[in-house]
Amino acid sequence: MSDTAIRVEQLGKFYKIGAQKAKYKTFRDTLAHAAATPARMARSLFSRNGQAKTDDNTFWALKDISFEVKRGEVVGIIGRNGAGKSTLLKILSRITDPTTGFAEIHGRVGSLLEVGTGFHPELTGRENIYLNGAILGMSKADIERRFDEMVAFAEVEKFIDTPVKHYSSGMYLRLAFAVAAHLEPEILLVDEVLAVGDAQFQKKCLGKMGEVAKEGRTVLFVSHNMAAIDNLCSDVIVLCTGELAFKGKTSTGIEQYLSGLATAENSQVDLSLRNRPSWALPWIVDARVLNTEGKQQSNFGLGSDVTIELDFRTPNGEKLRRPVMGLVVNHSVRGTVGAINSLMTGFEPNKSEYSMGRIRCKISGTPFLQGLYTVDLWLGDGPRDVDTVTGALSFSIEATDIYGTGRSPFATLGIALIRASWEIEATRPVLVAHKD
Amino acid sequence: MTTVDPSIQATIPVIRIEPSRGWVSLKLKELWEYRELLYFLTWRDIKVRYKQTALGAAWAVLQPFMTMVVFSLFFGKLAQIPSDGLPYPIFSFAALVPWTFFAYGLSQSSNSLVGSANLIKKVYFPRLVVPISSILSGIVDFALSFVMLLVLMVYFGIFPTMNVIWLPALLLLAGVTSLGVGLWLSALNVEYRDVRYVIPFLTQFWMFATPIAYPSNLLPEFWRPIYALNPMVGVVEGFRWALLGTDTQPGPMIVASSLAALVLLVSGAFYFKRMEKNFADLV
Repeated sequence: MSDTAIRVEQLGKFYKIGAQKAKYKTFRDTLAHAAATPARMARSLFSRNGQAKTDDNTFWALKDISFEVKRGEVVGIIGRNGAGKSTLLKILSRITDPTTGFAEIHGRVGSLLEVGTGFHPELTGRENIYLNGAILGMSKADIERRFDEMVAFAEVEKFIDTPVKHYSSGMYLRLAFAVAAHLEPEILLVDEVLAVGDAQFQKKCLGKMGEVAKEGRTVLFVSHNMAAIDNLCSDVIVLCTGELAFKGKTSTGIEQYLSGLATAENSQVDLSLRNRPSWALPWIVDARVLNTEGKQQSNFGLGSDVTIELDFRTPNGEKLRRPVMGLVVNHSVRGTVGAINSLMTGFEPNKSEYSMGRIRCKISGTPFLQGLYTVDLWLGDGPRDVDTVTGALSFSIEATDIYGTGRSPFATLGIALIRASWEIEATRPVLVAHKD
Repeated sequence: MTTVDPSIQATIPVIRIEPSRGWVSLKLKELWEYRELLYFLTWRDIKVRYKQTALGAAWAVLQPFMTMVVFSLFFGKLAQIPSDGLPYPIFSFAALVPWTFFAYGLSQSSNSLVGSANLIKKVYFPRLVVPISSILSGIVDFALSFVMLLVLMVYFGIFPTMNVIWLPALLLLAGVTSLGVGLWLSALNVEYRDVRYVIPFLTQFWMFATPIAYPSNLLPEFWRPIYALNPMVGVVEGFRWALLGTDTQPGPMIVASSLAALVLLVSGAFYFKRMEKNFADLV
């Protein structure tokens, strides 16, 4: 037999948006629907694939996906929100049915779409390990055999007989991940479980994932964390609005995905669609990245001056007394690079109230290496939070010949562009110098 | 949905995932493979049931007991409803014990899928496990109130007949009925939340269609097997006959009830399986 672990052929999943939005129907709707059924059935007899018609309130979450994963491969799945990554994993985990095509899975599957599924707050840590293990498909004997290992991994020895509702969120997560990490299927499907918890927890999880990968198990791994994908996966699958955009080497895939992001996000920023936390008032109305001439630009050379401009407007008579602009610069793969706001730098506005305004922040000689960066914007009134928009803007830094030598700094080594000057002098042996 | 093809390689199971249409097999073998999960889910329901209540498991006994007191006052004393020559309290309590098991199982299993939405959206397992475990978890409550029933019998000086050996079968009949209805309602509940509002009416209505407050011999002999198409008629009359020695001759009624319960269970299971693939998308 071949060494195929997963084979997917023309897989598609189709949703009626209506059914998703209005989560449940009522009998009345169905009765009305039933009256129209004979006609529809007659029609579907003549249409080639009755279920797969596309009209306004239907969409394909996945369309014509075909790929193959070999035994022992660790494959990352990347794509923007709504690209179909989770739907793909749900189909492969048999949680939901595909609409078209098929998938073949050779081996036992363990899927980890969430940590702590089925945890019950009233039960103790010990009881939850057994329950969660059973839910994830482990046998009682397996759980007993690896029980101590799990408890040690979670570092909750002392609280193992305490109901988990008294756990701190960190302990809870560690315990939940510990159970999942000790699953021993031949094929492991993992969805973005590393996105939770603090940095140390994430590091631990990543380490465990790395171990699993080295043990020769087949892993499909969905994540937005490019560094994790880059680190763990040999191959990636890039999904774009439900279709397979790329399957191949990780570095190429990530590059393609990021460049796709760049063109999609640079042109026009629609702040209304961006993620804002619930407390944010939508007072940031526009923003842009400018060059030194004040023109909009999205690609800059190493060390260029980059200006971020923010427009705010307050609704019906409200005022900003002390507008403060803040920004967080994130590297698309390696995470947050740094943050700054006008308050901390001692910048004071020149009027006592504003209802509309434009704040510019000029970063002279950006200290960033080549790569893609996103900017989170923040607007405050003095120390008070008013609005924040994550990933509002993005720009890229291109490797330019900043040193005039034809060589550029290594993009793979860190994120900071180090400015340095050098000196050299010839020295004599220390002992000799001493005698002088 | 999915089929396991064992012919390709003995050691590595191959699962084929494809769209399913229409009626599908029940896959009882797979359900058997997941019996440990069934055990753990049942165990969880039992463990969690009376957490953070002051009276704890006493509720299991109090609920049917208080109903019995109310029934004895209004139906027994005021309305003077006949009770097969038995003291009214024991007459109604012997019926309320299996009835409470049935009604609890019915409402728990009907709400079980919606209640386990998180599990269903994130993990694969045969969904039948969910309603089954919620019925099984009622057995502990049943056992507790059954002990209460025995105490009452001793109090009234009534001793069970040899027919008590039929009790497990009668309990099974109650469980099967409860599961049959629960399968239909839980699958419907995923799509139509109306079911949630129907359940209280249904159990109340069903309670009066079952000879709990009155004896079934108020009906003419000829109509009794038809009346017993309500499977709980067979269960309740069977309980009284086996424990209290009523001379109601429940044989034909129990046969009719068992047939009706079986039809409910099988149709419910197939309907459930047919709807199963949509659960994760709709729940």
